[in-house]
Amino acid sequence: MLLISCPWCGPREESEFSYGGEAHIVRPKDPDALSDLEWADYLFMRNNPSGRYLERWLHAAGCRRWFNAERDTVSYKIKSVYKISDPAPRGDE
Amino acid sequence: MKSPLDSSRSQPYRLATGGRIDRAKPLTFTFNGKRLQGYQGDTVASALLANGVRLVGRSFKYHRPRGIVGSGPEEPNAILQVGRGALTTPNLQATEVELAEGLQAGSVNCWPSVEHDIGAINGLFSRFLPPGFYYKTFMWPSRMWKTYERFIRKAAGLGVSPKEPDPDRYDRMNTHCDVLVVGGGPAGLAAALEAGRAGARVILADERRELGGSLLDGRDEIDGAPALEWVNAASRELASMKEVRLLLRSTVFGYYDHNFLTVLQRLSTDSTSISRPLIKERVWRVRAKQVVLATGAIERPLVFPNNDRPGVMLASAVSAYVNRYAVAPGSRPLVFTNNDSAYRTVLDLAEAGIPVQAVVDVRPEPNGPLPSRVKDMGIPVIGGHVIVDVKGTKRVKGVEIMSVDASGERVEGRRRSIRCDLVAVSGGWNPTVHLHCQSGGGTRYDGEKGCFVPDAPAQEERSAGSSKGSFALGDCLGEGLEVGAEAARAAGFGDGRVSTPVPTVEDRAEEPLKAMWVAPSRRPPVREHKQFVDMQEDVTAGDIVLAAREGYDSMQLLNRYTTLGFGTDQGKLGNVNGMGVLANHLGADIESVGTITFRPPYTSVTFGAIAGREIGGLLDPVRKTAIHRWHIEHRAVMEDVGQWKRPWYYPQPGESMEDAVNRECMAARNAVALLDQSTLGKIDVQGPDAAEFLNRVYTNNWLKLGIGRARYGLMLSEDGMVMDDGVVIRHGEQHFYLTTTTGGAASVFSWLERWLQTEWPELEVYLTSVTERWSTIALVGPHSRKLLQDLDSDINFEKSSFPFMSIHSGSLAGFPVQVMRVSFSGELAFEINIESDLALAMWQALMKAGEEYDITPYGTEAMHVLRAEKGFIIVGQDTDGSMTPVDMGMGWLLSKDKDYLGKRSLSRSDCVRKDRKQLVGLLSTDGTTILPEGTQLVDDPSAGIPVPISGHVTSSYASACLGHPIALALVKAGRARKGSIIYAALRDGRHVKAEIVSPVFYDPQGERQRV
Repeated sequence: MLLISCPWCGPREESEFSYGGEAHIVRPKDPDALSDLEWADYLFMRNNPSGRYLERWLHAAGCRRWFNAERDTVSYKIKSVYKISDPAPRGDE
Repeated sequence: MKSPLDSSRSQPYRLATGGRIDRAKPLTFTFNGKRLQGYQGDTVASALLANGVRLVGRSFKYHRPRGIVGSGPEEPNAILQVGRGALTTPNLQATEVELAEGLQAGSVNCWPSVEHDIGAINGLFSRFLPPGFYYKTFMWPSRMWKTYERFIRKAAGLGVSPKEPDPDRYDRMNTHCDVLVVGGGPAGLAAALEAGRAGARVILADERRELGGSLLDGRDEIDGAPALEWVNAASRELASMKEVRLLLRSTVFGYYDHNFLTVLQRLSTDSTSISRPLIKERVWRVRAKQVVLATGAIERPLVFPNNDRPGVMLASAVSAYVNRYAVAPGSRPLVFTNNDSAYRTVLDLAEAGIPVQAVVDVRPEPNGPLPSRVKDMGIPVIGGHVIVDVKGTKRVKGVEIMSVDASGERVEGRRRSIRCDLVAVSGGWNPTVHLHCQSGGGTRYDGEKGCFVPDAPAQEERSAGSSKGSFALGDCLGEGLEVGAEAARAAGFGDGRVSTPVPTVEDRAEEPLKAMWVAPSRRPPVREHKQFVDMQEDVTAGDIVLAAREGYDSMQLLNRYTTLGFGTDQGKLGNVNGMGVLANHLGADIESVGTITFRPPYTSVTFGAIAGREIGGLLDPVRKTAIHRWHIEHRAVMEDVGQWKRPWYYPQPGESMEDAVNRECMAARNAVALLDQSTLGKIDVQGPDAAEFLNRVYTNNWLKLGIGRARYGLMLSEDGMVMDDGVVIRHGEQHFYLTTTTGGAASVFSWLERWLQTEWPELEVYLTSVTERWSTIALVGPHSRKLLQDLDSDINFEKSSFPFMSIHSGSLAGFPVQVMRVSFSGELAFEINIESDLALAMWQALMKAGEEYDITPYGTEAMHVLRAEKGFIIVGQDTDGSMTPVDMGMGWLLSKDKDYLGKRSLSRSDCVRKDRKQLVGLLSTDGTTILPEGTQLVDDPSAGIPVPISGHVTSSYASACLGHPIALALVKAGRARKGSIIYAALRDGRHVKAEIVSPVFYDPQGERQRV
C-alpha cells in the first residue's frame, strides 16, 4: 500500500485516495473542430511508460481535492506531488 | 551407560533433563484420537516426538508415510487439523502449534487412517503419475473435468474448513514506527537494542513465543556465559525502553510498497478449555520508516533416494528438539552432511548422551575444527560418501551408503549398510530472503557460501546476520548492532555509530561446504528411487528432469508444471534444491535458470485474521431512510439497493408478492399511493456560474430554466454513453438542486467535483451532497391533489398555479416542505421534500389524511412496474454503459447549440452505426409469458450455433393495469422494426415469440401526469 502525500493533508494511506489516470490531458476547447481520430486520441489514448509517470489522484476520503503526482511505475516511488494548477515538473533532474 | 531418556515412560523419548519446557505443567492432548502427554513449552511436534510418534501424515500425491522434518515454519509434512467443530483449523504445521491442555490434533491427508491409507496405492503406480499428470489426463476432454475434480479434491485434501461460524474474534491494529526489526534472534536483538538506545520508536516482531531465535535451539555462549543469559539481559533492556514494542508469536508475513508490512500476532493458544469468545489473532499493519530484516536462515535438506522416510530430519531440527524441547527424535542417529554446521548437531546429540552411529560427509576429507572434535570423541566420520538408499517405510531402519568417485558426480564401490533410526541431514543454509524479495529486492548466488543472499534493497530496509548469509554468531551480533544503529540514524535518531562493543563469541571456524543439489546415486534421477525435492508437493528430482526434457526448462515454467513450491510451506525447503537440480540437468549456472517469486504471506494466515472485525453487520454500512422504522412496523419486505434498505413491497396477510405489487400498482393508477424515495442522490449546486456548469455536464440547456421550475436532465460520460439521470430544480438565479439515481449518488458527485477542480477551475460553483439531509415522499395517483388540499397548507395545489414540472415551498400540515410536481409513474404526482428529522411525522400525517382515499404505501417493485408501463428507463438496468441517448430514444434531450460532456462522441462513427441496439417494448404474443430479464433475443430460433443475437431483455414485469406482461428490451435497429416478431431464448431451450412495440405502454400522450 502506497503512502501518498496529499499537498493539503500530508502523508496518508493509499486507501484514502482514488486514482485518476494520466495527468495533463486537457479537454479540447472546441471538440467539434476535431476529427474522429483526434477526439479518440483525447478520449482513449494514454501513455503507459515504464518509469516516470505524471498522474492524477483524488484524496477521496480526506479533503476531496484532486492533485497530481510524479510516480515511478517500476519502483512505485512518488517523487513529487503538486497542485492541479501547477505546471508539470521537469523530468530530467 | 545410563539412559538419557526420562524414566517416567509416558513420554519415552523425553530427555531426563534440560529443555525450555515446564515439567511441572504436564498437558494432555490427543493425536488421531490417542491420548498423549507433553509439557508446557512444547509444540505439538516436539510432544509427538517425545511420545515416539514418527508417522504423522501421508504425502499429497503418493500418500507416502511422512514424519516431522523441521522445527519451524519450514515444516512440509506435519500438516494437522487442530480442534473440533467451530474451532477446527486446517493446515497447521505441528512445529508451529503450541501445545495446550485438551488440544485435539489429527493427520489430514489419509483415509481411513494414517497407518492404513488406501491412497498409498498411488505410490505403487507412481510411474503413471508424472509431473503435469493432471493437465495431461484430466483436462481432456474438458467436459469431464467436473467429474474428475470431485475425486481428486477428496484424494488430495489438506484438511477441512469449519462448517460453523468462528466464535472467536480477530483484531486489526494500524501503527507507525521508526524501525521495525523482524526477528528476535541474535542479529535482531542486537539491532533492536541499538535502535532503541538511539531513541527510535522500535517494533521487534518474532514468530516464536520467546526471544532468542536460533540461540534457543543451540548451546552457544556469549561473553563466556550461556547465550540465553545475554538474551535475557537484552530482553530486559528492551522491555525497559518506553519506545520499544515487543511482539512475540508474531510473524511478519507481508512486505509491501513504501515500507508497509503486515504482522500476524497469535494471541491465544488453541485450547478447548478457554472460555469464548476471545481475541484469537491480531493483524498489525505497520508503516515503518526503516526495516531491519534479521529473519535468519533455514537449513537445506539433502536430496537422496527415499529421503522422505519418517525419521529423516533437518540436522538443525534435531538440535532444536534435543536442546530446546529435551526430546530425542531417535535413539540411534546418523548424520549426513556436506558442511560443518551439522557437526554441531553431532555434538548436541553426544552431549545429550545419544550415541551417533556415524557421520556421512560428502566431502572427501572433512578436517575442520568441528569434524576433528567429533572424530576425537570416537564417532565415525565417513568422508567422500553419500546415502544411496534409506531402509524402512513407516520409520527409518537404516541407510545404505556408497563412495563418491573422483568426479564427485557418480558413486562407486560396494554398498554398505548402517543401522539407524534417525537421519539428520544438512545441505547448507538458505538465508530467509522472503521479505527482502517481497519488498522488491533481488538476490544473488554466493558460490562460497553456497546460497542465495540478498542483493541491494529496493526499499528502506537492511538485512543482518544469517538472513544476509552471515551465519557465524559473532557476525550476527556485530551486523545486528551496526544495522540497528544505522537504521536509527536513517530514521533521524543517533549518529549511526554502535554504542557498545560487540559481545565476544567463540566461533569455531567452519570449512567451506560442498554444494550438492542432489546426491550422486546409482541410477539417473528419472529411474532412481524417489529423491524428494519438495515433500509437500511430492516433487522429485526425476520429475524436474522430466519436466525440463518436456521443455519446461526455466523456474517459472517448471514451478507451474511440477507444482514445485506450490504447497502451503511455499517451498521453503525445496525451492533452491529444485533450482539446483534443474541447473545440473541443463549443465547451467544455478543463477541462470530463473528466479522464484516470493509472495506474501510468508506463512499461512487465517481468513479470520484477514477479515478482522469486518464481518456480518460490520462488513458494509447499512443505510436506512428516516422512515425505515415505519416500513418495518408495517411488514414491508425490504430490498438492498446498494447500501440502502428500501421497501420492496408491503404484503398484507395472505398476499403473495404478485398480489401485493398488483394492489400497490392499481392504487397508484386509480387512487393514491405513496413511496419513500429518500435514497435518491441529492446535490445542492450554488454559485454565480452554477447554470453554466450544469450546461456543460447535462445534455440539455439550463440557462433559460425559470426559478421554481424543474427539468429532467441526462448526463453522459465523455464517451457519449448515458451515465446518470434525474430531475433538476432551479431554486434561484445561482441556486440549483439536482437529483441523481440512488446508485449514482456518490459517483455523480465525484464526477462533478472532478470537472470543476481539474478542468474548469474558473467556474465559481459550490457543490454540497444533501442526500441524507432531505427525505423525499412521492404522493402518486388521481387523488393525490385532493389529499394535499385536505391538509392545512399555504400552497395552492391547483393546476393553474402549480403546473407540471414546478416547485413550491411552504407549509404542509404544519411541516416546512418543498413540493415538486414531477412524476416517475405517469400519474398526477407530487414529491414532498422535507428535512429528514421531520420525514417520519410527515409520512404518518399523509397516511392518516389519506385514509379516506384508501392511501396505499408502495415499494420499489411497484415503482418499477409503473415506470416500465410508461417506458421510463432506469440507468444501469435498461442501460449498461454502452448506450447513447439516441439509442435510448432520448435524442430530444440533446442540445444542438452548446457543448456538453460526451457530445462530440455522439458523432463518432461507432455511435451513428445503423445497427446499434435501441430501446423498444416487447409483448409476448401469447399474452401471458413474462420474459426473463437478461434473456437473449434472436430472429431465427432454428439458427445453428453460434446463434446471431439481436438484442436482450432489460426489464420485464406483469402489468396489472394493462392485464398482460410487458418488457423493455434493447434490439438492434429496433425502432424501425415495430410490429415485427422476435424470439426470447429461455434457459430450457424453448423460445417465446414476442412482438416489438413502442416502449411506452400506458398513456402514450402523457396526459395523466399533467392533469
